[in-house]
Amino acid sequence: MAKFRGAIVVDTESCKGCNLCVVACPTHVIELNTDVNGKGYHYSYMKNPTSCIGCANCGLVCPDSVITVYKKAIDK
Amino acid sequence: MELTDIIKAENIVSQKSKLITENVMHYCPGCTHGVVHKLLAEIIEELDIQEKTIGVSPVGCAVFAYNYLDIDWSQAAHGRAPAVATAISRLQPEKYVFTYQGDGDLASIGCAEIMHACNRGENIVVIFVNNAIYGMTGGQMSPTTLLGQVTSTTPHGRDEKLNGFPIKITELLAQLDGTCYVTRQSADTPGAIRKTKKAITKAFQNTRLAKGVSIVEIVGTCSSGWKMSPVASNEWMREHMFKKYPIGDIKDI
Repeated sequence: MAKFRGAIVVDTESCKGCNLCVVACPTHVIELNTDVNGKGYHYSYMKNPTSCIGCANCGLVCPDSVITVYKKAIDK
Repeated sequence: MELTDIIKAENIVSQKSKLITENVMHYCPGCTHGVVHKLLAEIIEELDIQEKTIGVSPVGCAVFAYNYLDIDWSQAAHGRAPAVATAISRLQPEKYVFTYQGDGDLASIGCAEIMHACNRGENIVVIFVNNAIYGMTGGQMSPTTLLGQVTSTTPHGRDEKLNGFPIKITELLAQLDGTCYVTRQSADTPGAIRKTKKAITKAFQNTRLAKGVSIVEIVGTCSSGWKMSPVASNEWMREHMFKKYPIGDIKDI
């Protein structure tokens, strides 16, 4: 079992839907939403939030710095 | 554990750098410039040199870099960023001066300026983003365009008999005695981005050692110019660009 749980918060209005975070995510948490933001981009969101381990790969590859990553150790 | 337990300020591990302004970047989705801007912001923040850093933006897509990073900037004529940076670094030797250039800017019209700035061994950092195309003006062939690569001015692919060969300008610059650190990195995967960050950090730290020009080439993508999705661009880059432009340190003294 993972020792950490993570979560991301996406600034949906600034997301350009480039899909780089979806590919970079090792646990397949992120997907592009079928819905679009004000500019018509399919913004990214957490499809499987329970799988997130807070590795911050998505935040690292995001060209527009729209992803904030949170990480917390699981209490034993 | 609920999401509300995780999403708290004390649990943040990655967020937008304070040096990145609120302006939405005009770059296309998935552009390498965004990643490099973010790395620069993070490095300047971590080294705590916001007040001491002066950037020189080029002509090209990155011409508006001064809108996105909260540091002092100057904007040079096409290709002349190393000349402007030379003046700034000589007049204000205590500052960290860097140029931010693309392949059309640095390897084509600015070839003379970068060659002689490197030959003089100016105390500057050169961030060179090589995406093998003139992105801003509509995807024309640049000096670093690969043989066979289709651009708007080489619709049948670059032909060496007509268009010459791609220039490995970074290797050329490494031969000059005025350069101290020359490296080629990429920004396609999290691992590559971490290595690029280390390389740029080292280049900035070299400024205080006054050893000469530090050049960090970043092999990047231009998904609009290449007419591919950002993810496909990264794959194309790994498959084709890395053969001609291998990743790694070229010179480190």
